[in-house]
Amino acid sequence: MATTLAKAAEAVETAARLEHVSKSFAGPGGQQLVLDDISLDVAPGEFVTLLGASGCGKSTLLNLVAGLDRPTAGSITTDGRPALMFQEHALFPWLTAGKNIELALRLRGVPKNDRKDKAERLLELVRLKGAYGKRVHELSGGMRQRVALARALAQESNLLLMDEPFAALDAITRDVLHDELTRIWGETGVSVLFVTHNVREAVRLAQRVVLLSSRPGRVAREWTVDIPQPRRIEDAPVAELSLEITEVLRGEIRRHGQH
Amino acid sequence: MASTETTTASGAEPADARTSDTAASDTATNGARTTGTRPADAELPGIEAGLDALETEQSGRPSLRQTLVGKVLPPVTAIVVVLVVWQGLITFKIVDDPTKLPSPSDVAQAFHTDWLKGDLLGYIWTSVSRGLLGFFFALLIGTPLGLLVARVRFVRAAIGPILSGLQSLPSVAWVPPAVIWLGLNNSMMYAVILLGAVPSIANGLVSGVDQVPPLFLRAGRTMGATGLRGTWHVTLPAALPGYVAGMKQGWAFAWRSLMAAEIIASFPDLGVGLGQLLENARTASDMAMVFEAILLILFVGIAIDLLIFSPLERWVLRSRGLLVKS
Ligand SMILES: Nc1ncnc2c1ncn2[C@@H]1O[C@H](COP(=O)(O)OP(=O)(O)O)[C@@H](O)[C@H]1O
Ligand SMILES: [Mg+2]
Repeated sequence: MATTLAKAAEAVETAARLEHVSKSFAGPGGQQLVLDDISLDVAPGEFVTLLGASGCGKSTLLNLVAGLDRPTAGSITTDGRPALMFQEHALFPWLTAGKNIELALRLRGVPKNDRKDKAERLLELVRLKGAYGKRVHELSGGMRQRVALARALAQESNLLLMDEPFAALDAITRDVLHDELTRIWGETGVSVLFVTHNVREAVRLAQRVVLLSSRPGRVAREWTVDIPQPRRIEDAPVAELSLEITEVLRGEIRRHGQH
Repeated sequence: MASTETTTASGAEPADARTSDTAASDTATNGARTTGTRPADAELPGIEAGLDALETEQSGRPSLRQTLVGKVLPPVTAIVVVLVVWQGLITFKIVDDPTKLPSPSDVAQAFHTDWLKGDLLGYIWTSVSRGLLGFFFALLIGTPLGLLVARVRFVRAAIGPILSGLQSLPSVAWVPPAVIWLGLNNSMMYAVILLGAVPSIANGLVSGVDQVPPLFLRAGRTMGATGLRGTWHVTLPAALPGYVAGMKQGWAFAWRSLMAAEIIASFPDLGVGLGQLLENARTASDMAMVFEAILLILFVGIAIDLLIFSPLERWVLRSRGLLVKS
């Protein structure tokens, strides 16, 4: 009994706790180890970016945290079901922007009468006030990702998982969305685990950058980012730290070319 | 095992003059949430609104004139050309045998007579009511059947191939056994319609479910749409385009099956539908009436499709932005 209580108390202290998590898939040459012994904590309200080369297992890790897949070894504790945002907006095309958000509210058990109000407030939060009745295909790429963000926020999870959500956007739109995400994170106090392969994006957004090595994915190194928000991607301290991280990342990638 | 190292980068050096005040107030804590305002922040909503406006797709419905020129004019032209050629064959005595090819005016006369007798709408109604009611039953059976095949692996392995094979079996083949099993009555007609339409409807739903992007299912699951809730809120609406395509094909098959059944199993007590009309015209060697019946069968089939199934399909596709603009 005492141990369960201790566990519960602990769970409140972290938004997500990964302990010695490994994941392997059945590949052509037997089991292929994708993630190896990953331990990582995300504190409540913390913004962590997970940085790594393509194919290093970032999406696999997020899927594990989201509960869409089970780790081969190790344990993952989250405080409730996390919300997940994908690179593709994953909005349902048969619903309007507003109804997409309302569906998330409905599945969370929000009573019918409150849904429209809440959805409209969430749209306002992502600065899309007039988009309630718009169909997904009528929205631009950046607007779709903002609606997707609003839908993820509608779940009111303590943890927001984001899998390269801005990777398919043009640079100007991405810049704007960085600013928006930083603002919304500040306003809502949600914890964010943000996956990217873009070093500058990682530094621009995060309080902590976690670098994953490739094949198998391991935590290679971590950086705490003390640059005050709001930052800009072209700010000198951002560029400086990005350079440093890029060097380490390149070193990691070079190791694979040597054998 | 890789060792974990934590490095701290401090933003002591401001990027430019604008950031100096925020940098000064920066505490040593872990990336504090400063809510400083910079000129760029005030500009943000404006930039965003500009981007939104620039990138938003302008989608409006075509004007009435565009619809007339693009959608109505071509088929009307085609019909006029056919009529002119037809009349030409008669006028220039290229075909000079009214028992083989009646003139357009003879056929019009046949329509006119039936209209005056008040029979025309009766023929149409007999067949259409049979067809639609049969189709409705086919929906009631085909939909759960399709869901079962799509979701239950054993059922799919057991009857999936048969179901898609049945689509290529001409439904006329069902008429003789249906007559033997059920006799010459309306239930035999409905049985033939069902056998024609159910496989199409079920298969449409199966392929609709198969084509649901996995991303939607994953997105649904992270929102808590699992099990029946997942089926209702994600799988079924996502499968709707395939389902509607199956319905459209199902109607075409239902109508064909019904006409076959009416022609083969014509029986006075059943009431005269379009198929019986055709069969009666054949036995009376009345070529104008044969043409009348064929034209009615064709136009009623097209009309039901144009009035019900095409608008349904277009609505489904348009609301998802899947309607290809020509
Ligand atoms: N379901 C799966 N089955 C087999 N291998 C997989 C599966 N999912 C991912 N992988 C493999 O795991 C590795 C990491 O993939 P992923 O997590 O998508 O990388 P990232 O998101 O970092 O680009 C890749 O080599 C990929 O081939
Ligand atoms: Mg990925």
